[in-house]
Amino acid sequence: MSNPPGFARFRADLRPVLGAATALVATTAIAATLLALGGHSPGAAFGALVRGAFGSWHNFVSVTLVQATPLLLTGLAVALAFRARVWNIGAEGQLHAGALAGVAVAVSLPLGSPFLVLPATLLAAAAAGALWAAVPAAMKTRMGVGEVITTLLMNFVALFLAQFLVQGPLRESRGALPQTDAIPAAAQLPVLIPGSRLHLGFLIGILIAVALWLYLARTPGGFRIRAVGASPRAAEVSGRFRTGPVIWRAFLASGAIAGLAGWIQISGITHRMYENLSPGWGYTAIAVALLARLHPLAAVLTAIVFGALSAGGAAMQREAGVPDAWVRGIEALVILAVLAVDRGLQAFSDKTAAGATSRRAETGTAAGRV
Amino acid sequence: MSDLAVLSSFLISAVGLAVPLALAALGETVSQRAGVINIGLEGSVIWGALGGALGSLAAGGYAGLLAGGLAGAAVALVFAVFAVRLNTDQIITGTAVTIGSLGFTGALYQSRFGVTGVALELETLPAWDLPLLSRVPVIGPSLFDQELTAYIVYVMVPLLAWFLFRTRWGLALRAAGESPEAAHAAGVPVVRTRMLAAVFAGLMAGLAGAHLSLVHTGTFAENMSAGKGFIAIAVVVLGRWRPAGVLAAALFFGGAEALQFTLQAIDADLPYPLFLALPYVLSLAALAGWFGRSRAPEGLALPWPRRGH
Repeated sequence: MSNPPGFARFRADLRPVLGAATALVATTAIAATLLALGGHSPGAAFGALVRGAFGSWHNFVSVTLVQATPLLLTGLAVALAFRARVWNIGAEGQLHAGALAGVAVAVSLPLGSPFLVLPATLLAAAAAGALWAAVPAAMKTRMGVGEVITTLLMNFVALFLAQFLVQGPLRESRGALPQTDAIPAAAQLPVLIPGSRLHLGFLIGILIAVALWLYLARTPGGFRIRAVGASPRAAEVSGRFRTGPVIWRAFLASGAIAGLAGWIQISGITHRMYENLSPGWGYTAIAVALLARLHPLAAVLTAIVFGALSAGGAAMQREAGVPDAWVRGIEALVILAVLAVDRGLQAFSDKTAAGATSRRAETGTAAGRV
Repeated sequence: MSDLAVLSSFLISAVGLAVPLALAALGETVSQRAGVINIGLEGSVIWGALGGALGSLAAGGYAGLLAGGLAGAAVALVFAVFAVRLNTDQIITGTAVTIGSLGFTGALYQSRFGVTGVALELETLPAWDLPLLSRVPVIGPSLFDQELTAYIVYVMVPLLAWFLFRTRWGLALRAAGESPEAAHAAGVPVVRTRMLAAVFAGLMAGLAGAHLSLVHTGTFAENMSAGKGFIAIAVVVLGRWRPAGVLAAALFFGGAEALQFTLQAIDADLPYPLFLALPYVLSLAALAGWFGRSRAPEGLALPWPRRGH
């Protein structure tokens, strides 16, 4: 190596950033081409998108950051699980479980003070999310049934359970619509910035991101999660610890955070539970986590990026006449571009590191039985 | 209505709802047997629905069916190029394909037919009334007075069972799914096999989508796939990765959905969402081994060639 080690380290750290930048440039180019082919002006569309997301204090704080909040929480949930090579694609279901538990506690227990209600509802939501994740966790650790299919199935069970509850036992007392009663004021998360819609949930998301980062980087438990994620077999044969409890912890914590996402959305924004609360945050979360390279702090940024896409999409439709369905297409292009760039980088490093053991990409692979 | 008439109309509705699930799930069975789990199946279904609608407007119902199948296969080809050829993660790639397909079909539909979207009126496929068989009391009309898509299912079930378990190609395909290393050592082109299997799944899912627009509704709506592609994956699990089992599981899922309408007609207060949840709970129970041993192909979702190391 002719380069000083510090420089090599710096270059290695820079590589994911360069990769993400390349992916974003590629996405923009492809999206612009497709928009032009679809008969839209890419410049007008992107201009409206950026203005809608960042054009004013109101747009940024009350739309973009508000949209980013559930994406941040579910994104953190997915990132934590994927770090342990737990392929939890059940954030959507865990989110609904958390939303239901939170709203059930809020409308049924007369706790009065926000200082009682908020902790109680947040705790209930986290517990319900964790419980929803416990089923696939038990099936994986006890029976060797892979979590991809089980977490997916649990999503549907949660959706139908939510439908049942808002149509029946939790239906509003007027009985008119399939939705719950509005939660009492004490159960509503306070607004973070006066005059805006941004609520405490965003701050909770950032605090969880910082906590997860410290946990993963600085604690023995976090080290174990990373070790299992790097190579479950190596972790097992090292004999230092058993992988079962580590997988359990990753599942439960991931489910709890996704559960919080559901209730925080109700407590901060909608104030009621209804069918189709989520437009698929639990799935977009996979993109949020992936683009952040499963790093909790980076997830704050990527959640804002996806929140901005969602906020900007509405503006794009309003101002440039471009259907906001485009935004979901662009989200997918982002994911595919990141995957392709990752594979390209890895092929490159495999080539340059010929002979040496190649480093596994941090995003990993869904190795392990499905 | 007499009890028999209620039963008969329930069966007609159940089979109609089962057909798209069976189509998509039969394709996914082949794909998963080859070791590829295609979460992007939902994307193939929605493209199949839009392809079916556009094809039907251009050249009639059967052209629409063909266009739907091809559209589904094209989407699956994109998935396969990434997840098999470039060897990216199957789960993440499939998620992206689903999200993107729901977006781009919606965008294309709105560009073509306006943001508010006047409801399309499509020529639906005619039902084929099989002589004698369709006269069998109770089950006749539901099974043998159906559109072409249902008959494709009836033909595909024995055909795929024969292909998977009685031919050398089927053996090679299953080997690629159980142990790609061993298959590769034995001279099976694992990557090509997996690509073809994934594209076949897309073709079948595209037909399922075309069934939604050309048989079930006679129109196209954004997000009209409504999770059918995901449900098909549950159907594969409950059917234990065997064509006959998959058909039975699809009928079960279709029946649970049809029961909802039948029960609503009888008593509106029944908690039908719980009936809808039941097949998923049973799929989980099946995976947990409640109905005997059931396991996924050993190499499912594993990258090939192996990464890292």
